[in-house]
Amino acid sequence: MPSIEPGGMTEPLRVSILTQGRYLIVSIHTALDDGQMTRLQRDLVDQVGRQRSRGIIVDLSTLDVLDSFATRTLTQLAHAAQLRGAVTVVVGIAPEVAIAMTQLALQMNFLRTALDLEEGLALLGELTGADNGVPSQGRSHDDH
Amino acid sequence: MQETQQNEGFTQDASGGDRDGFLLPELVAHLREGRTALRQEWATRITDAHLLSSMTSQEVFSEATSVYDNYVEVLETGSVEELRHYARDLSERIIPRGVETHEVVGIVLLLRDVLARSLFEKYQKDFRLLNEVLDAYEPAANRIANTVAVSFVDERERVIRQQQDSILELSTPVLQVRERLLILPIIGVLDNQRARQLTEQLLRGIRTHRAKVVVIDITGVPDVDESVANSLVQTVDASRLMGAEVIITGLSSEIAQTLVTIGVDLTKMRTVGDLQGGIEEAERQLGFKVMRNGDAQH
Repeated sequence: MPSIEPGGMTEPLRVSILTQGRYLIVSIHTALDDGQMTRLQRDLVDQVGRQRSRGIIVDLSTLDVLDSFATRTLTQLAHAAQLRGAVTVVVGIAPEVAIAMTQLALQMNFLRTALDLEEGLALLGELTGADNGVPSQGRSHDDH
Repeated sequence: MQETQQNEGFTQDASGGDRDGFLLPELVAHLREGRTALRQEWATRITDAHLLSSMTSQEVFSEATSVYDNYVEVLETGSVEELRHYARDLSERIIPRGVETHEVVGIVLLLRDVLARSLFEKYQKDFRLLNEVLDAYEPAANRIANTVAVSFVDERERVIRQQQDSILELSTPVLQVRERLLILPIIGVLDNQRARQLTEQLLRGIRTHRAKVVVIDITGVPDVDESVANSLVQTVDASRLMGAEVIITGLSSEIAQTLVTIGVDLTKMRTVGDLQGGIEEAERQLGFKVMRNGDAQH
């Protein structure tokens, strides 16, 4: 765990965490500093337990940069949330951000990604509907 | 500088500065006078040295004529700007005919030597004057050779850059074959710049088509080395971040064995033998089922 910066603790969190059924939805609009990022991670993992959430969606669609610390924090958040029984799906990663993230060669083992919020919700439905958090390949369809 | 007056070939008695200014015009007049013979001599030497072998002897002669005239003109005016312009023109004409850099430098140096020889001949009686003439001639001649060579290389590089740009613009199409399924056939050499451009294009395609699966076919990529493989891995990673799975198809057996031998980590990549197989796999994943009309009832 990265050390928590004091600034991030005293300031109010500039990101709101929305509850939608058993999912938590966070939309990050501006680049957060390290303290805010850490704080977000802690609050989210906290709430997963309190609200018995099954999934977290982190929406980055308005973000055009994501530094390595933020990425690592997201990964740790996903890992920690997983331990408390919630799947994390990051949605809305812009092409430039995606390229930058791959060039930083960051490990994103616990992170699931989807195109946008809608897709993310669909993916969470699949993942939690299976009730095991294990990624299920493909969707079952009714083939006439 | 008082000795000048003693020179037979040099009747004008003047100060050093004037004399220098006088030498070059005399030189130019001499080269103009001997134009036909010197030009012929030069053309012969070019042929003997097997330079400009891709051009016919008439072409060589007509180029030689215009280069000769320009050469003398630049000696006279000393305007490098004009020479540069001319050299660019010349390069533009001869590069498409496959003339190499060493040939261009070679012929300019040959011309320099031919002219120098003629100067030796003319002034052989007077060694001191010869030296002075050469002092005036050599820097000018070297500057010309230099300018022509640089312009030629510049022009070549410009052509190469232009071609690179147009190759890049022969963009790799990102095509939708089914709802939420894209294919990306890659043809030709994949270098880092192209891989990057391709990734950007693919990611934009994923967003606009809301793709869930992408099939990248690399049948048309002649060689896959470590850096190409790594950039493919990055493309796969970046696509996954955008929520799309990537299937790579068309790895030839040689390429597959090379990759295994050099030990590139491709565990993150899903590969299927050929494009058809890749599309079938993708369809399965997306829940499509393609069947013949008659088979519908089993």
